[in-house]
Amino acid sequence: MVELRYAFFLGCTIPYRVTSYEVSARKVAAKLGIELVEMNDFNCCGLPIDPVSHEAMLVLAARNLCLAEQQNLNITTLCTGCAITLRKVNRMLKENKELREIINRRLKEVGMEFKGTIEVKHFAHVLAEDYGTENIKQHVKKPLAQLQVSEHAGCHFLRPMEYTGFDHPEDPTLLKGLIEATGAKYLDYMDKTNCCGFTVIAIDDKISLSLTGSKLGNMQDVGAEAVVTVCPSCFLMFDVQQPRIERAFGKTFSIPVVHYTQLLGLAMGMSAHELELDTHRVAATSLLSKIG
Amino acid sequence: MGAEQSAELKETIRSSHLDRNFPKEVMKHHGGEKLFLCYQCGSCAGGCPVGRLTTDYNPRQIVRLASLGLKDNVLKSNSLWFCTACFTCTDRCPQGLEVASIIRVIRNMAAEQGIVPQVFKELGSSILETGLAYKIPELRLKKREEQKLPPMPTTDTKAVDKLLEATGFPKLIKGQPVKEA
Repeated sequence: MVELRYAFFLGCTIPYRVTSYEVSARKVAAKLGIELVEMNDFNCCGLPIDPVSHEAMLVLAARNLCLAEQQNLNITTLCTGCAITLRKVNRMLKENKELREIINRRLKEVGMEFKGTIEVKHFAHVLAEDYGTENIKQHVKKPLAQLQVSEHAGCHFLRPMEYTGFDHPEDPTLLKGLIEATGAKYLDYMDKTNCCGFTVIAIDDKISLSLTGSKLGNMQDVGAEAVVTVCPSCFLMFDVQQPRIERAFGKTFSIPVVHYTQLLGLAMGMSAHELELDTHRVAATSLLSKIG
Repeated sequence: MGAEQSAELKETIRSSHLDRNFPKEVMKHHGGEKLFLCYQCGSCAGGCPVGRLTTDYNPRQIVRLASLGLKDNVLKSNSLWFCTACFTCTDRCPQGLEVASIIRVIRNMAAEQGIVPQVFKELGSSILETGLAYKIPELRLKKREEQKLPPMPTTDTKAVDKLLEATGFPKLIKGQPVKEA
């Protein structure tokens, strides 16, 4: 079995605004026996500033990879943006000798060197691949059979395919398997793999709100009682922005947004309060009364 | 800046409008290499979630204008910044163009000319100051204790800034042109 010990890359969005994800993930990981080792001194993964400077993104990502190499640990992270960025840059630097030399010249200035000794995986990817969906089922004490939920995996969990590689972006199954492991019924819906629009909310909020709003509508049409996310940015769109989207569209969705780690935590017998499900903008009351 | 919302052409293309060097510049960057392989099938535009909402943004059009060398049309259009970087276009391109990366290359080139939307200036200055994209308020840091979460690590911002300085990043996010138009 793979060693279940990882350098835990927290990223910026989670400690800034989505701590319920961190709290629930740490609790679930501890109970499953997955050790999350703190990464002291990490910096932003680099993704947010890639649009203005690809080079700056590369050095920021590379510095994080070096820190984990020094800890001799593979990285796991809860954020899909951090996951794809670190995973992509890790592979680029491993495969492209010329680029590695350029970046290493820069890193040398701060006493670091990229060696290419580790791997990067999103936490859901770790759960499905390293831990195993079958093993997760062993920990389910309270199957959520009364619930029917939809997923929003998030673009950077699935794309670009060349760098994610573990799931099909047009017909993904990884998160579906993880959701079904909790006993919940999984509902497909139109445009399931579409983007939430978070990255352009500060450029043109109408675009972002429309993208998420259209998905919420499609989930509502199939009768989803909750949407399961694995990304803090997507969570902000679906949960924090949901009342604003409802006002903009003149509709009522009231669809609770649940981090996968919370869904799994509930199935493992933890309380909604322990998992900080009661801190979300959209109340999960109806959901919780169903599972009792 | 004379920015246009859309990159769309409003007049006849004259050869004097074309900057033949521009596509070559795009192709020198990582991710931009296959620009000339585009045969304008429109798979990118058809799958684009933003393109569905607004005709102002069309990745197929940006690729075409870039390969023709209509530099100002692409660099100065506001809609260049509408791409959500979802990578659907990249995954669906039958010619293997990294369409989203071409958009990123062009954005980077716009930034070098001093065209940087405010949000990136804010994210960038926070990274220079704290190492993270957002400045985490004191209250949040205190709340971590109540939540029994480990304290946030303190990033060696000197090292981060040194790395970023060498890429010209601090100048870029102030909106100072690092290359001539």
